[in-house]
Amino acid sequence: MYQFEYHRPKSLDEVTALLARCENPKILAGGMTLLATMKQRLAAPSDLIDLQDIAGMTGISVDAKNVAIGAMTPHHDVATSRDVAGAIPALAFLAGRIGDPLVRHRGTIGGSIANNDPSADYPSACLALGATIVTNVREIAADDYFRGMFETALKENEIITRIIFPIPQRAAYQKFPNPASRYAMVGVFVVKGANGVRVAVTGAGPGVFRMTAMEAALAKNFTSAALEGIAAPAEEMLQDMHASSEYRAALIGVMAKRAVAAMLA
Amino acid sequence: MSSAIIKPNGIGAAAPRKEDYRFITGNGHYTDDINRPGQAYASFVRSPHAHATIDAIDFTDALAAPGVLAVLTGKDVAADGLGGLICGWLVHSKDGSPMKTGAHPILALSHVRYVGDHVAVVIAETAAQAKDAAELVNVSYGELPSVTAVAEARNPAAPQVHPEAPRNTCFEWELGDKAATEAAFKTAARIISLDIANNRLIPNAMEPRAAIGEYDKGTGIYTLHTTSQNPHVARLVLSAFVGVAPENKLRVIAPDVGGGFGSKIFIYSEETVCVWASKKAGRPVKWVADRSESFVSDAHGRDHQTHAELALDANGKMLALRVKTIANLGAYLQLFSASVPTYLYATLLSGQYDLPAIYCEVDGVLTHTAPVDAYRGAGRPEATYVVERLVETAAREIGMDPAEFRRRNFIRKFPHQTPVIMAYDVGDYEASLNEACRLIDYANFPVRKREAEARGMRRGIGFSAYIEACGIAPSAAVGSLGAGVGLWESAEVRVNPTGSVEVLTGAHSHGQGHETTFAQLVSDRLGIPIENVEIVHGDTDKVQFGMGTYGSRSGAVGMSAIQLALDKIITKARKIAAHVLEAGEGDIVFEDGRFTVAGTDRGMAFAELALQAYMGHKFPTSEIEPGLKETSFYDPTNFTFPAGCHIAEVEIDPGTGTVRVVKFVAVDDFGNIINPMIVEGQVHGGVAQGIGQALLENAVYDPQTGQLLSGSFMDYCMPRADDLPSFDVGVTVTPAPSNPLGVKGCGEAGAIGSPPAIINAITDALGIRDIAMPVTPERAWRAANGL
Repeated sequence: MYQFEYHRPKSLDEVTALLARCENPKILAGGMTLLATMKQRLAAPSDLIDLQDIAGMTGISVDAKNVAIGAMTPHHDVATSRDVAGAIPALAFLAGRIGDPLVRHRGTIGGSIANNDPSADYPSACLALGATIVTNVREIAADDYFRGMFETALKENEIITRIIFPIPQRAAYQKFPNPASRYAMVGVFVVKGANGVRVAVTGAGPGVFRMTAMEAALAKNFTSAALEGIAAPAEEMLQDMHASSEYRAALIGVMAKRAVAAMLA
Repeated sequence: MSSAIIKPNGIGAAAPRKEDYRFITGNGHYTDDINRPGQAYASFVRSPHAHATIDAIDFTDALAAPGVLAVLTGKDVAADGLGGLICGWLVHSKDGSPMKTGAHPILALSHVRYVGDHVAVVIAETAAQAKDAAELVNVSYGELPSVTAVAEARNPAAPQVHPEAPRNTCFEWELGDKAATEAAFKTAARIISLDIANNRLIPNAMEPRAAIGEYDKGTGIYTLHTTSQNPHVARLVLSAFVGVAPENKLRVIAPDVGGGFGSKIFIYSEETVCVWASKKAGRPVKWVADRSESFVSDAHGRDHQTHAELALDANGKMLALRVKTIANLGAYLQLFSASVPTYLYATLLSGQYDLPAIYCEVDGVLTHTAPVDAYRGAGRPEATYVVERLVETAAREIGMDPAEFRRRNFIRKFPHQTPVIMAYDVGDYEASLNEACRLIDYANFPVRKREAEARGMRRGIGFSAYIEACGIAPSAAVGSLGAGVGLWESAEVRVNPTGSVEVLTGAHSHGQGHETTFAQLVSDRLGIPIENVEIVHGDTDKVQFGMGTYGSRSGAVGMSAIQLALDKIITKARKIAAHVLEAGEGDIVFEDGRFTVAGTDRGMAFAELALQAYMGHKFPTSEIEPGLKETSFYDPTNFTFPAGCHIAEVEIDPGTGTVRVVKFVAVDDFGNIINPMIVEGQVHGGVAQGIGQALLENAVYDPQTGQLLSGSFMDYCMPRADDLPSFDVGVTVTPAPSNPLGVKGCGEAGAIGSPPAIINAITDALGIRDIAMPVTPERAWRAANGL
């Protein structure tokens, strides 16, 4: 790790001022990716601006229509929230399967979707549930937010403050973890709600994406059998030492069917 | 040695581990917990290339960086006349020529030969300053093509690792009777053959390697604190071969060490540099590997490619075994590199079977990868994998039950001379097979398989009846096979005047629980509480000499030395007791910690006797020296041969390829057992590592660039608790006749026996002939779906 200055502001205004003043700042929202990268000397920010003391950025609120989660809420809080479990159990299930207990106590939902790792879990929930990403300057629909590998619609110095998930009729997440890293090798989030059926896939491609062919088939016939023969394009999937693109494509089908089966159980 | 009654904390008792309190409460003293006054820090400049020339090293900027005390390169090492690192085992090729390899410099001189090779060291006031400055060392490399896989290394066009080893061939070694084997194959009714790879592993001890070198200007004595499994061997190599200091001017201390698995046997560049640089910098020098450094620079394990054939007669009786192995040695030979794929491998190819003829050829090949050396099991897992994969495949192909096929071929008469050097002294292989079958309920496996099929899962069962040679070993025997050292062990038992005891042992504990098991032996023999026994190890100033801990040798060899020293203590104490109690020596009975005169109520406790020994008032010191301290150097008469049977049951999800180990039975014959709880723990750890090899772990180098792709836990998959089932562990006992305790050794058996059991279960579940380790979900998915 290289030397850096550490800041712990109390308000978003202070954050904005620090971002303007510092030479090469980075926002710290848990740091589960950033700190590891810095330890490997692959990132060298001049300043770290830790958001954990900013009022109003942590916590969960649920009403009849939405689950709203503060950007600095750690995964553990989402995983163990009775309100989340009551409103969108699949979201609590997903949060409980991120990383390990240490990661779940430090890592945050805002940090996860700001980083947009192609094998992170939360982006699939955001996209499938049609979440709204609230920042310090605007609201962004999940459909417009994720822009491919590690890329998002966030502008420079824009800070996520909250994520709002509409409560669906039903939802399920099925994750096939990479055996080593436990990130999603393939994760499929299926939602049946007011906006119809949405199927979002993480881990398999260069960023989270929707399987529209599956959505159409499920809209007509919401059974696992309806997904038979619907394949993801293998040539567009990721390939690494753990899994070929062909295997990842096949896993999407298997995980989607299992998610649907879980929703019908 | 089988005492009918187990004393509290005596031999056979599941005594709680004496060392655990300090480990669990964070009060251990690992090398990184130790800090010396004025300590500076080292950071190594490592090669980013698998193969390159070093054209120039410019460290002007590094030297000017904040806190930097020195920057040292291979030129400084050469100027000081230091030797390189050595391989302590000499192997000869079939043509009689000695193995061929290049020098292994402490810091590279003209070439780098693997990613992570040591090029220079920066010494600075803080670890962060040393790392920052190391990045400022500007090395001009002339990049060269590299070769990392054994399959290509011997291609005449392949890049050369060392000019001294043409076609990257270190040795072409053989063992066994070629003519007899060929003849047996000609008469065979059936020949079963397999091409088998044993995947390359990275050890990953929980504590990374670390060292503090220190030089005392006043006395000229160097002290090295380091993460070593064998501090005396480290001192011997550093003085006699590297020449960094004379043996009497070098103290090596291996304090608490957090796991080794073989990787901390070897003498590496970094530890050596810390000693040498401490004088040059005039400051104690500390280095602690980070995990990424451990991945690239610790010696790796395994990495074999093998073609094996088994000849059978018409009745399913084994006639002969023919094996051809190519072993990847890495870029340089480490301390035992040459012995692992030869004498520690081919000598176990007879397995538990009465095999009349065996012929094995092993080609040791150099590549542009990290050195490969002993890793938990060292050669024996590779041998067991070949034999047990082949045996299971043969049983299936001749349509015989795999348990029955093994029974038909077991060695049943002992001693048994195998065709590959080893003389098995004792064993009962059918007993462990039968017990394992009972524990796993083999008879009802078909019911479980059908039940799994109803859930859409494919269930399979696999056997592994392993044998290993442990307790290495008789010095004359290993000497005749090329070892550069003897493999005895020493013990010194010091009885204090108050009757408490210190045992100084040449063995080293880095997870094995010696402080408990060794103390149990002393407590049992002397009849004193275990709390009154202190086990001292890991310091060359305290323990006179020792060969260290590896090869499951510390029980059979190290404890036997203690046992013999205790015999001497008791013999002398009995003489003293006779004088003090005014009786004939023949009338003195020593039992439960008391010396008594037979048939009387006259007696004294061990502690009273100890005080008398040091007072010298009541016995003639002209005949019996005062004091009570004895030493023994014990050299065993044979290897020990732990053996057993592992049976695995797996379930495979054909949709995803996920392999779950649902049942795992290990029944082992370790001879007599000192502490069943510690033995079971060793089995659990070993089986976890074996399942890791079979399902999860794989060291992957990029074939084009020679970069280590699996260089972190993000990609190198260590087994975790949820990857493993609850193990069902059983024992059978045939006491080892080659040592006074009848113990055999248990440290490596789990890692040796388990991989073939897992792969045999997977191939059974999927109805396939072979599958490569590690069986990743994708590999299983492809096999399950015929892809």
